[in-house]
Amino acid sequence: MYEIEISDIRKLSEIVKEKYDYDFTNYAISSFKRRIKRVLELYKFKSIAILIDKIKEDSVFFEEFVSEITVNVTEMFRDPSFWRELRDHIIPNILLNHDNISIWHAGCSSGEEVFSMAILLREMNMLHKAKIIATDIDKSIVEKAKKGVYSMKSMDLNTKNYIRFQGEQDLKDYYTVENQKIVMDPTLVEGVSYRVHDLVNGGVFNKFDLILCRNVMIYFNQKLQNMVLKKLHESIFKYSYLIIGSKESLIWCDIASKFIVVNNDEKIYKKIKD
Amino acid sequence: MTKYKFDRTYKAIVIGGSAGSFQGIVKILSALPVDFKIPIIMCLHRLKHVRNGFVEALSIKSIKPIEEPYDKQNIKFGKVYLAPANYHLAIELGNTFSLSTEEMNQNSRPSIDITLDSASYVFKEKLIGILLSGANKDGAWGMKRIKDHGGITLVQEPKECMIDTMPSAAIEQTKIDHILTINEIIEFLNALHVHIKTLN
Ligand SMILES: C[S@@+](CC[C@H](N)C(=O)[O-])C[C@H]1O[C@@H](n2cnc3c(N)ncnc32)[C@H](O)[C@@H]1O
Repeated sequence: MYEIEISDIRKLSEIVKEKYDYDFTNYAISSFKRRIKRVLELYKFKSIAILIDKIKEDSVFFEEFVSEITVNVTEMFRDPSFWRELRDHIIPNILLNHDNISIWHAGCSSGEEVFSMAILLREMNMLHKAKIIATDIDKSIVEKAKKGVYSMKSMDLNTKNYIRFQGEQDLKDYYTVENQKIVMDPTLVEGVSYRVHDLVNGGVFNKFDLILCRNVMIYFNQKLQNMVLKKLHESIFKYSYLIIGSKESLIWCDIASKFIVVNNDEKIYKKIKD
Repeated sequence: MTKYKFDRTYKAIVIGGSAGSFQGIVKILSALPVDFKIPIIMCLHRLKHVRNGFVEALSIKSIKPIEEPYDKQNIKFGKVYLAPANYHLAIELGNTFSLSTEEMNQNSRPSIDITLDSASYVFKEKLIGILLSGANKDGAWGMKRIKDHGGITLVQEPKECMIDTMPSAAIEQTKIDHILTINEIIEFLNALHVHIKTLN
């Protein structure tokens, strides 16, 4: 079997960094290596050297590469108990002191998380009060998120999650089926601003009452997690909320002391220090 | 005296299992010496959308507490870990865990192949892989990776398995070191425990 060496991965990341404005050098090696292996198989490249040459020469291919190297697997209402907590406690708490709520989905992937949020807010009758920004590094996945068109197959799990979230309607009230595809109700996200943004090299661009960055930093090593968390910390108002994936943790991170745990099972943190 | 020979120390044991492996796992966990030192990392196929309950069910009879690791958590001596629902569990250079939500492998997330492959890369010849009963071929390739890196491979005796697809696939792909019943696996682990103690 063809073995991908760590030194090859380093070389590839260096070249990407030099030529394009992306820095994968501190992505977690184990998953990054699997993604590269997958790209080699997908394009039938015999070695990483061929991939490196292709990346050097072909900036259109590079965009595809970014798209393949990132893991876009997502669900609506992933971890239903988290969404219940958001609806029953966190959002009411924010709206106690604010007329409006600003939300950032960092690493929104194909947008299922954004639709979940929009549905939740509509059912609370608060959607009109929300200003939502959804970003991802992967340009093509942001395009997909904007369209809000999903496969029939994916709806099985989404529907199960929605039922366990105990929503007020049927999930099917929020979409139509056209040509065997699920078309989400576009009015849910008409106020959402979708953008391409890189958490690693991109700057801090705003402050929010609520940031969701779930299952994104698991692809980073600890050094990069610390760097990105610093930016997320800067992007949250004091006494506002950061939410990460259910199997991620802030405990080991440099900025841990600037947050308190609001709900450990659902990984909800509140910023208490600037 | 025991028939198992060891000539080095081991950094981890990875156990893979799927349909029909629950009883066997419980038996192994209930027979572990209290001070068993080598970390045990379990990757078991489980319901994707059920986050809670599985650890508790396994823990009832387990000698040691079982933990579902967080992303980038350190692997420690004496601990037993279980891959969380709906995440792949990989081992990272520097002895930490790494989680991922990437595509399913052989219809499975967590995938045993991913845990075994990443562990074999990090621990090389200091890894022991154990594959139990199961209805698909996840894990067979991972066992080959362990063998290629010089580690020890064990599979549950197919005749003892409720569903033998998984161990049989591994036996087909790799020259497995030991094909054992659950009782023999327990014996193996006890012998290993004695060996590790003599090293210290
Ligand atoms: C597994 S998805 C998470 C989707 C959703 N938040 C969830 O929990 O289901 C991870 C996303 O992070 C994005 N991502 C990876 N690196 C990134 C970076 N440096 N900046 C922004 N997004 C990134 C990927 O493109 C991918 O869409």
